[in-house]
Amino acid sequence: MVETSPPQPSSPGIPSGAEFDPSRMAKFIGSRGHNGFLGIGYQDHGPDWIELTLPWKEELVGDTETGVIASGPIISLLDNATSISAWVRHGAFRPQVTLDLRIDYVRAAVPGRTIVARGECYQLRKSMAFVRAIAHDGDINDPVAHAAGIFIIVGETEGARP
Amino acid sequence: MSDHPTLPPYAIAMGMRIEAIEADGAPVIALDYSDRAEGRPGYLHGGAIGGLLEMAAYAALHAALGAEDAQVRIKPVNISIEYLRAGLPRQIQAAGQVLRAGRRVANVRAEAWQDDRSKPIASCWVNFLLRPR
Repeated sequence: MVETSPPQPSSPGIPSGAEFDPSRMAKFIGSRGHNGFLGIGYQDHGPDWIELTLPWKEELVGDTETGVIASGPIISLLDNATSISAWVRHGAFRPQVTLDLRIDYVRAAVPGRTIVARGECYQLRKSMAFVRAIAHDGDINDPVAHAAGIFIIVGETEGARP
Repeated sequence: MSDHPTLPPYAIAMGMRIEAIEADGAPVIALDYSDRAEGRPGYLHGGAIGGLLEMAAYAALHAALGAEDAQVRIKPVNISIEYLRAGLPRQIQAAGQVLRAGRRVANVRAEAWQDDRSKPIASCWVNFLLRPR
């Protein structure tokens, strides 16, 4: 069945196939470019969520006095986790762009600890994916950050203007 | 004009640098396109854009605090980023503007652009908590 399925439309270099594999997708995305530099990894996923990891490293520090990681890498981690959660819920990759992303920094992450982000797509509309995420450094009930955002699904949205 | 803080290790590792100083003292932070800044192939990563915006907001607040800066600890409380245009594979710049720096809270906005400053590719607001050192 898999062999006879037509190839799925895909972005250059993004693994495609009849069977969408969130772990494979997340590992691929985490292996290159900005995510590769940050060291973003895959941990787990469910029907509408995915967990990604961001290990602490010296190069990502934002405050040399405390060793606390900068918030930039946390933005990237949450952007990835929420973005992939929309594909997980949809069951396939498709092009989408971030409309907005809002992040509350609940507390500073403990230096040296890996940050885990659980991104969830809580509603999927024809042209929009509504997402949220929690980032923590060991206990999800004691979060480091909380995020909410919206992605616009590009292929499904006909432009109203030229 | 006040002293400008050195950029943190994350910003330096990403290749961010202070490119210019605005009339109000806010630094313009620049980031050249590189593999470290790339998201989907051929485009800037949204997180790298967000990180640059936040750095510009932070730098603008440092500059606005001037001589008080040494006595104050600045913590970002929250950020909201709007993505306006795709981040193309070329240099990006960002600058912040302090709307208000109160006793406990500072409200800052930042914009990022590429070729044309009048066509921002992303903007954000950031709220900071100010605490005595």
